[in-house]
Amino acid sequence: MKTLIKNALVIDPINQLEGKYDLLIEDSKIRKIKREIRENNCEVIDLKETILLPGLIDMHTHLREPGFEEKETIKTGCEAAAAGGFTTIACMANTDPVADNPATIEYIKAKAEAGVVKVIPVGSITKDCQGERLAEIGFLARSGVTALSDDGNPVMNSEIMRRAMEYAVSFGLTIIDHCEDLNLAGDGVMNEGYYSTILGLKPVPAVAEEVMIARDILLAELTGARLHIAHLSTARGLELVARAREKGLKITAEVTPHHLILTDEAVKGYNPDTKVNPPLRSQEDVDKLKQGLKEGLIDVIATDHAPHTFEDKLGEYDYAASGISGLETAVALIHDRLIRQGLIGWRDLVKLMVANPARILGLDAEGIKEGARADLTCFDPAREWEVEPAAFKSKGKNTPFVGWKLRGKVILTMVEGKIVYDDRGGQSEIIY
Amino acid sequence: MSLKRKDFLGLYNVEADEIYEILETAKAMKEIFTRSVKKVPTLRGKTIVNLFFEPSTRTKSSFDLAAKRLSADVMSISKSTSSVAKGETLLDTARTLEVMGADVVVIRHSAAGAAEFLARKIKASVLNAGDGAHAHPTQALLDMYTIKEKLGKIQGLKVLIVGDIAHSRVARSNIWGLTKLGAEVRVTGPATLIPKEISKMGVKVFTDLDKALVGVDVVNILRIQLERQAKGLFPSIREYRQFYGINDERLSGLSKDVLIMHPGPMNRGIEIESSVADGDQSVITEQVTNGVAIRMALLYLLAGRDLKDEDLN
Repeated sequence: MKTLIKNALVIDPINQLEGKYDLLIEDSKIRKIKREIRENNCEVIDLKETILLPGLIDMHTHLREPGFEEKETIKTGCEAAAAGGFTTIACMANTDPVADNPATIEYIKAKAEAGVVKVIPVGSITKDCQGERLAEIGFLARSGVTALSDDGNPVMNSEIMRRAMEYAVSFGLTIIDHCEDLNLAGDGVMNEGYYSTILGLKPVPAVAEEVMIARDILLAELTGARLHIAHLSTARGLELVARAREKGLKITAEVTPHHLILTDEAVKGYNPDTKVNPPLRSQEDVDKLKQGLKEGLIDVIATDHAPHTFEDKLGEYDYAASGISGLETAVALIHDRLIRQGLIGWRDLVKLMVANPARILGLDAEGIKEGARADLTCFDPAREWEVEPAAFKSKGKNTPFVGWKLRGKVILTMVEGKIVYDDRGGQSEIIY
Repeated sequence: MSLKRKDFLGLYNVEADEIYEILETAKAMKEIFTRSVKKVPTLRGKTIVNLFFEPSTRTKSSFDLAAKRLSADVMSISKSTSSVAKGETLLDTARTLEVMGADVVVIRHSAAGAAEFLARKIKASVLNAGDGAHAHPTQALLDMYTIKEKLGKIQGLKVLIVGDIAHSRVARSNIWGLTKLGAEVRVTGPATLIPKEISKMGVKVFTDLDKALVGVDVVNILRIQLERQAKGLFPSIREYRQFYGINDERLSGLSKDVLIMHPGPMNRGIEIESSVADGDQSVITEQVTNGVAIRMALLYLLAGRDLKDEDLN
């Protein structure tokens, strides 16, 4: 079967390709890229006035399966990813059972076979994400895992983290750390600052994140580990990463869309959908993160997609679960709030959401070139829409962006030559 | 006379004229206490529910008495006796009470924002009787009432709040209310118990109690929760008493007109020496009396939203 994509504005800095092109796709690959292709006997998709990107990669999601299928399943998580324009997603290990063993990794992969996008399981650093004993890192590596994380929990014990890094190096794995000093964070539920003071909510200081970033950098320097900082959210955390990189250390960092767009002021009104870990930070932090993004100090934008049930987010702020269902709003938010404001461009976005995450996860980001796998994301920058959680493919309807009117939307997602999500006519359809 | 709002959740967004209106109403309520029959029929047929998710004797009995003196039907539910213990959500508890016909739900809860959550979800008026470290507006109003009654005004006074500011809803509500009425508010306590960026609320922060006391008109002493020491927020009770306890010696250099206040319950001999608590400058028992008047005023203003200028006779 052949598909001919016509008139798309292709933006792919991986292959230095930018401009109006036609793409001929046959089987799972891009066969031909030309200014104009004429071909009979094929399905023609006219993507006039839209932007065509290499398929996006989200290196930080929680698919909740196995163990928390009431929040999300691999199937629904993949659908949410497709609707958000992602063709590959990495899923975190804090399931039940934890992905600390090859059997759980195989289970996730098997389930993901039936999903509409590609799933890369992340293994845990320690058994049960408890931070006490190392997971069987060698076996995890042999089962295809390329990165390790106890995300959701930090590895508080510095000795354990040191050993994990040393051990991971010999298997070529990246350590992704959730940096949070649990003693400093205490039972806090929001960022420490003016808003925690007036709202009377227990505070989590920024330094809870920063001391752990500093520790991890020192341990990475000692061990030579490949360290990736998950959901970096503070100005000084970014400063630490930038300084470490100047020294030549192999350290990367990701930021979420919500930490780039919302501040702790959003917690006013006690909406549990604003509760997330790390918490929404101060205006100063957000300004510095945006500045860092502009200056290229941040490697990756990742969603930290954290779906929860209605009940998990019902009631008192203190008792609500932390997390934001982010897959289906990420690209539109970045376009509406960062690209349209001129902070970054589409080429930056491809680096942040394709090239860099691929490199960190050890994937081959082929981008848009002849012979490459046809993983493509099509974005209509003019489409206006309103965030309505009820319409999410994800089971997690927990988003602080309810009712936001956004300009720009993913309208087509293609995985290995097959359309898996189609919203060209507003039908928002997942196609198996 | 009525409030412009369905609920009364805190003083953050309440204007000065509204505060004065409440204080005036409370004055009329307090007048009732001097009668031989301390009860008016104003809220006859209205139902008031006291929903207490946190142990409280003082505030609960104060609300209870306030409702009874206004002839409302009053129902008190506390955590140990309600089905909350069985895992029922706050929302379901409140909805149940609402369909039973509550006009005002008075809520006390350990989670900040619980009152606001409830207010959004039910049609009945919600009156916040303390939510976590967020707000305790009736306490702040009774404190302001007491200050105004004793000193004749609030504008221009220097009011010092001493103690665990970080965990105190009383401090926060007092700060909003007093600054709106033009008082200078100071806070002092161990640095570990002063919340971040509190100066943005318009207060002066001191860590030295003796410096903070210079020139003040009112000292409002907060209860120190003994579990804060266990959590390592300050080293010992005796050190707290030494550096932040209010005693005669500390007050000796100050004007004899300085008011001593405490929201209770007191840790005698820790944050406040007994001779100060029981001394001439102390208005602590009057605070309790005024608390009933303030709560009557607010219940009247909320439950009486549909009443027509009914008098209090």
